[in-house]
Amino acid sequence: MKRLINQNPSRVWRIGLALLPFAIILLLYISASEARLAENAQDKLLPSFGQMADAVQRLAFEPSKRTGEYLFWEDTGSSLRRLGLGMLIAASLGMFFGLMTGAIPLVNASLAPLITIISLVPPMALLPILFIVFGLGELSKVALIAIGVTPFIARDIQKRALEIPREQLVKAQTLGANTGQIMLRVLIPQLMPRLIDAVRLSLGSAWLFLIAAEAIASTDGLGYRVFLVRRYLSMDVILPYVAWITFLAFIIDYLLVRASRFAFPWHAQQEGK
Amino acid sequence: MKRLAALLLTLTFSSFSMAADSFKVCWSIYVGWMPWGYGDEQKIVDKWAKKYGIEIDVVQINDYVESINQYTAGAFDACTMTNMDALTIPAAGGVDSTALIVGDFSNGNDGVVLKGTDKLADIKGQQVNLVELSVSHYLLARGLESVGMSEADVTVVNTSDADMVAVFPTAGVTSVVTWNPLLSEILDMPGANKVFDSSQIPGEIIDLLVINTETLKANPKLGKALTGAWYEIMATMSGESKAAMAARTAMGVASGTDLAGFDAQLASTEMFYEPAAAVKFTESAALMETMKNVAEFSFDHGLLGEGAPDAGFIGIETPAGVYGNKSNVKFRFDPSYMQMAADGKL
Repeated sequence: MKRLINQNPSRVWRIGLALLPFAIILLLYISASEARLAENAQDKLLPSFGQMADAVQRLAFEPSKRTGEYLFWEDTGSSLRRLGLGMLIAASLGMFFGLMTGAIPLVNASLAPLITIISLVPPMALLPILFIVFGLGELSKVALIAIGVTPFIARDIQKRALEIPREQLVKAQTLGANTGQIMLRVLIPQLMPRLIDAVRLSLGSAWLFLIAAEAIASTDGLGYRVFLVRRYLSMDVILPYVAWITFLAFIIDYLLVRASRFAFPWHAQQEGK
Repeated sequence: MKRLAALLLTLTFSSFSMAADSFKVCWSIYVGWMPWGYGDEQKIVDKWAKKYGIEIDVVQINDYVESINQYTAGAFDACTMTNMDALTIPAAGGVDSTALIVGDFSNGNDGVVLKGTDKLADIKGQQVNLVELSVSHYLLARGLESVGMSEADVTVVNTSDADMVAVFPTAGVTSVVTWNPLLSEILDMPGANKVFDSSQIPGEIIDLLVINTETLKANPKLGKALTGAWYEIMATMSGESKAAMAARTAMGVASGTDLAGFDAQLASTEMFYEPAAAVKFTESAALMETMKNVAEFSFDHGLLGEGAPDAGFIGIETPAGVYGNKSNVKFRFDPSYMQMAADGKL
């Protein structure tokens, strides 16, 4: 008798088992949606897939009645612009401060505690202050992402920099390298894939900050649309938007993995991937 | 399978009242709805429920839109909301709803505020911060209409009501549309000018207690108990007697202000203390005209659902007649319970 803990699914089974929970959720949704729609054909809570497809068709492929824009793509563009800019700023600042505090003990002594404290401030609580300082426009939305994500990346990079074996730094010094050269040739190349990892891990919070900022004051964006149509319970728009946000997040994550593997193949090997 | 799923979702999304004579009513903070909280606290609602042998659970919900969504999803039998939201959320969602009690209309409680100018016409080209698709948005549209402009002349920025007061002093914000108590808070700030308010479109922003039509039909007792309780609270809080002052103080404190602050809000609210006045208002032809305006605004903004081919897609029944599609009536003004209160038959 083969024990359960020793039974490994074959490749085909593995795929099947992975798809099973999705299929069950889908089936539950469809039957529940049908049941509710049978009772009330205009029910908005659990729209059918046909209704959702109509909503996507309308938002993505027909110009808006009011502004003549393709709302879905406008929203996607605005949100990705904010997210991209915020993450770019956060990654650059995070890398800079992480590297400095990780490589130079004097900087570490003065800045590391500050970064630790800042990282403990919940960015969402700062939002009203950001609005007053930066106004309601694009700046405060990008700033929220940058402020929320930078300390996380900085701390991560700092920790990774400190993990780099001391021997490497000593070796570089015996070869005559100065501080700048060591940072440029020893630390930064090894920290770059770590930076990509940190960005991947913080993307979840970045999305959260983006959606939250858009929900509060905005004229476009994925979060804006979701919170706007929430006012009249338009689940046929909300559900596809949530699926689309999930898909975008997945694609960005995937692209970062590929970029990391392409640019730093040694890192992937190290990680056993 | 299908049954199981349906059951699961019904359990999740709607309250399953085991006892047929137990009902749930929701309300949110607003000057015209504070009486519900008071009536619950003072057991006035309980007293009337007991009189008709039923149970009524009155629940306060902090997020206004959420309360309407919960009602629409079936978690509550009745809920407080404005005439526009009743049309665009439950009625557009296929939930046949009846305005059981017409409590008041906004008579200055909603306003358009501009910085540094007191002329509405100067709003042209500005960014306007407001809760999009709400009565504020409707008020703005009506205001723009009054000076020969349309929404195309401004840029509407959707802004959460929770942040409205905080953002008004910031540099980029030049105009907002909001309601009390936020409105009075903003008007106290330097440079703020009220250039248009709901007293210029009296009777168009109406605060209601909306009840599920089927529930009401099956349980007229619920309608009677709620109406009876409401007018008892109205009688208690109106006037200058000690009891009335105490009631209004309690409501003021519950809404985060005091007696003076609450009375100031009441001053810009046309409360129907007497059921007869509410009946008269409901029966007037003006109400039908208002609902037509509201339906057209809602249709223009896509709020009646995508299946809606025109503004009259959802029928609205008022005592003066039906506006729109007679075979798809989903929103009804029914003065009969208020009439019973006026006749002293509750």
